[in-house]
Amino acid sequence: MVDFLNPTGWALALLQTLLFAAGAPLLVAWVKRIKSRLQNRRGPSLLQPYRDLHKLFGKEAVMAHTASPVFRAAPYIVFGATLIAASVIPMLAVELPTAAIADVIVLVGFLALARFFLALAGMDVGTSFGGMGSSREMLISALAEPAMLMAVFTLTMSAHSTNLSSVIEHVLNSGLLLRPSFLFALLGLLLVAVAETGRIPVDNPATHLELTMVHEAMILEYSGRHLALMEWAAQIKLMLYGVLLANIFLPWGIASTLSAGSLLTGLIAIVVKLALLGVILAVSETVVAKMRLFRVPAFLNLAFMLSLLGMLSHVILEVGA
Amino acid sequence: MSRFDWLSEYLAELEDEHIMVHSGNARVLAPAHLMIIDPEDWAKAATVARNMGLRWAGIWGDEEDDDIVISAVLVNQGDYVVLRTAVLADDPEIASHTPIYPGADRLERHLSDMLGVRFTGHPDGRRWTRHRAWGEDEHPLHHGFPVEGRPPARTPADADYPFPPIQGSGVYEIPVGPVHAGIIEPGHFRFQAAGEPILRMEERLGYVHKGIEKIAVGRDAEGLARLAGRISGDSTVAHAWAACQALERASGIKPPMRASIIRGILSERERVANHLGDIGAICNDVGFAFAQMQCQALRETWQRRSAELTGHRLMMDTVVPGGVTINLDADAIATLRADHARLREQIRPLFDILDDLPSLEDRLLTTGYLSPESARELGASGYVGKASGQAIDLRADGLYAPYTRLQFNIALSEAGDVAARMAIRQEEVHNSLNLMDEMLGMLERQTDQEDIRCELPEAPGGEGLGLIDGWRGEIITYVRLDAQGRVARFFARDPSWFTWPALERIVMGNIVPDFPVCNKSVNGSYSGHDL
Repeated sequence: MVDFLNPTGWALALLQTLLFAAGAPLLVAWVKRIKSRLQNRRGPSLLQPYRDLHKLFGKEAVMAHTASPVFRAAPYIVFGATLIAASVIPMLAVELPTAAIADVIVLVGFLALARFFLALAGMDVGTSFGGMGSSREMLISALAEPAMLMAVFTLTMSAHSTNLSSVIEHVLNSGLLLRPSFLFALLGLLLVAVAETGRIPVDNPATHLELTMVHEAMILEYSGRHLALMEWAAQIKLMLYGVLLANIFLPWGIASTLSAGSLLTGLIAIVVKLALLGVILAVSETVVAKMRLFRVPAFLNLAFMLSLLGMLSHVILEVGA
Repeated sequence: MSRFDWLSEYLAELEDEHIMVHSGNARVLAPAHLMIIDPEDWAKAATVARNMGLRWAGIWGDEEDDDIVISAVLVNQGDYVVLRTAVLADDPEIASHTPIYPGADRLERHLSDMLGVRFTGHPDGRRWTRHRAWGEDEHPLHHGFPVEGRPPARTPADADYPFPPIQGSGVYEIPVGPVHAGIIEPGHFRFQAAGEPILRMEERLGYVHKGIEKIAVGRDAEGLARLAGRISGDSTVAHAWAACQALERASGIKPPMRASIIRGILSERERVANHLGDIGAICNDVGFAFAQMQCQALRETWQRRSAELTGHRLMMDTVVPGGVTINLDADAIATLRADHARLREQIRPLFDILDDLPSLEDRLLTTGYLSPESARELGASGYVGKASGQAIDLRADGLYAPYTRLQFNIALSEAGDVAARMAIRQEEVHNSLNLMDEMLGMLERQTDQEDIRCELPEAPGGEGLGLIDGWRGEIITYVRLDAQGRVARFFARDPSWFTWPALERIVMGNIVPDFPVCNKSVNGSYSGHDL
């Protein structure tokens, strides 16, 4: 059982959260690097996102005259909520003291909170691009959230718990089993992750075209440290989905005891898993074009259908078996 | 079929309408046919032309003493007719062609702004090129108006330009530009949308007005060619060629054949470079960055070769009055041949990907449809016209050397969507490579390998019309020289004058996030249009 008074546990939980914040830019740089290679070019250095963040933190934050306190507060709320959501996910080890709040509903809630303020901030200044971005983001998230919940519920039904730590332990304990429900849920969650993190084919993180943007349109009016926080939050969100996918479906390697050796194994395991996921993302972003905005609902309906199939196959094939 | 075999029919139709053609002249503006008519017959002559299916291709005014001489170009089957009339400079008023030819809209408003000509019956009375740096009654092309203008201490904001409103529940406006996020030229787009579908889009251009027509006055031939090469940087060869052709026709000389062939090669090089860039940019706008990176690399290599040959990546100032500044020796010809072969090899796998990538097809097919009727009505040439069934290609018409001796099939499609405009570009790249190979062969077979430039005669006077098929489409350039051989009037009609209005029709019924790819597939020149 988790020892809530163990200071090492708390220290590790804190360390894990810091690792999340520190590693997120690297993951983005890694994906960019692979994409560049696939496009026959060299691409920026792996440190570039850190340099960009450093640059932005050093710059003056310019505010529109029409900006309300919401606009000012949103970057902190978005960053904070995303980071807390990230801290909830077991990355290096299960059985951390944060496991008590490591609940999928909490996770979805924090992400929704961040998105809510992001969308508010997009509309706050009153430019048409921000409003357009917010409206598109809401369209996407309204469809992505049910799919995500459905996928997550499939897993929690197997584990009989909505606690992420318990889910991971359940998967670990039951060994390598080919469960159709997990396969469907994995596919569903992959699609949701692509949509939620604003990657191709749903959104293009590299575009300069205001009219096509979703996430970028909402943060168009931000500058300086505000922009840095927004960008950083987006990077953490990408890593969050990566870790979630990696550790729920392929938890092997994650530390179940808090010894130095198993923690190191856990670290190496997650780095390898994220690197592989990054390659998959980069390849898929290279071989397809972005889809038309009105195709996104169909894309997310597919995610929902897959998750629903996962749930059904769980009920039909796995319950009582 | 011989040239101008339809002209007698047009003249007969004009006579039926009791329109007097004062003098017809096939020499002054050769190869175009000049016809002088009364200002009262201006609109009627255009109506007759439209009923005969003639294409309207431009209008300009020229202040001569107490008159403003107005010329409009009509085209049929590759034969050009210039209608000309004169109105009093004190009270310049003439009937508008816009109700007959919608493509005339902005060119007439441009002429209104520049010379104060009032077009009766014009459906749109708003300023166009003249932004607020000029007063209401100032017309910068008048002889008396200073070149530096009379700008107010602080230029008022262009906020009062009335965009027609659309009302309804959920309808909103998106102002985009004039300053954009990417490295592109300035221009304002006003969208009216209900949710994502675009109800209406209107352009507001003129932000890169450089006063080309005004500062051309008084230049010598070389100076004019340099200026023309800067009308639109990506079309520098085509515009410089058109200006030189007009100058040479005005002076009554013909450049050496070798110069014409080299001009042809340079112009095809320009076409290939721009088409490659555009193909990549279209793909990038739908989030397919892979294609853009490959196209950019190809284009970069291509342009470095241009820099090696001509000293300039865009080949600026290589086409000069009387000929060209560079010769291509046997070594250069061999290098270019190898380049062409390599590019063919490189684009084959790339174009294969573009041709059958489903996610790309999904974005490009049926997006941004321009009907053949609209294209014809507006007179859209180049890839925009060709993708909508308009076989307008001055090279294929054999209007000028070296194309009089070359044969090729015009890339043509009726599909009218973004995919078609991209496919036309792909086909034109192939065509250009073949044409260039043929031209290199022509160079090799020439007996005189050195003759690349002739002198322009001193002080010739006269006027000339340059007709060149640039990579964007048909370029019409008018030059009139004064008695000292200096430029008295220069007007260059970029094809963008007709493709910008086409874009407004193209985006109708599309969704807001598809505008960038529609725009890129048309890729009008801001600079070439704003002059």
